Amino acid sequence: MTPLNGCLLLSSLLFAVGLAGALIRRNAILVLIGIELMLNAANLNFIAFWRYGPNPAALTGVMFVVFSIGVAAAEAAVGLALIIALYRHTKITNIDQINSMRG
Amino acid sequence: MLFTIFAVLTVAGAVAAMSFRNLVHSVLALMVSFCGLAAVYLLLGAQFVGLAQVLVYVGAVAILIVFAILFTREPSGKIQSIVSPSWAASGVVVLAVFGVLAWAVLHSSATQSGAVAPVDTSMQAIGKALMVQFAIPLEIVGLLLTVALIGAVTIAVHEKREVR
Repeated sequence: MTPLNGCLLLSSLLFAVGLAGALIRRNAILVLIGIELMLNAANLNFIAFWRYGPNPAALTGVMFVVFSIGVAAAEAAVGLALIIALYRHTKITNIDQINSMRG
Repeated sequence: MLFTIFAVLTVAGAVAAMSFRNLVHSVLALMVSFCGLAAVYLLLGAQFVGLAQVLVYVGAVAILIVFAILFTREPSGKIQSIVSPSWAASGVVVLAVFGVLAWAVLHSSATQSGAVAPVDTSMQAIGKALMVQFAIPLEIVGLLLTVALIGAVTIAVHEKREVR
């Protein structure tokens, strides 16, 4: 197994674990943590393909991951703010019980 | 060998983060997972990304999640299940996604090359690229962060007049 294969397998495993957390757990904050894990798996893919790709001198993979980390930080801040606002209105963080916007 | 150790650390931290009942323990396990991933980045030769991972994720995002957890305490007492009722279908979806990804990785001809070209990943090269070639994306990310953080404060701030 080549090193690139190892990196990609680790990344897909991490993505699957994050997806499992986001789908199975009931707490809204755990769902957000699962989404962060999936974003990290995508970042690992960028780094792996940059390192073992044909033209690593262009630094495109590193740049993409740096911007992706910035966007993920913004996403985490907005998501946690939404969860806190929702908790203030309803006093629950269980996303199965939050169904007041259901039509 | 080192890669295997840090990969196992990363996956174990992620699985632990997804399976603890106590949310603060989950975030601590998440920090372990992020540190393992930062070590993998260092092994792959991306020093700047590894350090940014530690700074942003372990330093900022995890602390932010801890604050959110402490702000949104569920009333204790009633013990309820931590998994949603549709966990079986979700598990099937997760296994299917992982199976497809792993199959694609192992059978693709694009992932068979093991050649590694030497590359200059010093802070100087990255800073030059950020300031010359990627200057406009950098500015846009700065603008996005400003807008997102102002929006987050606006959403989360306590509006006094509407509470009766």
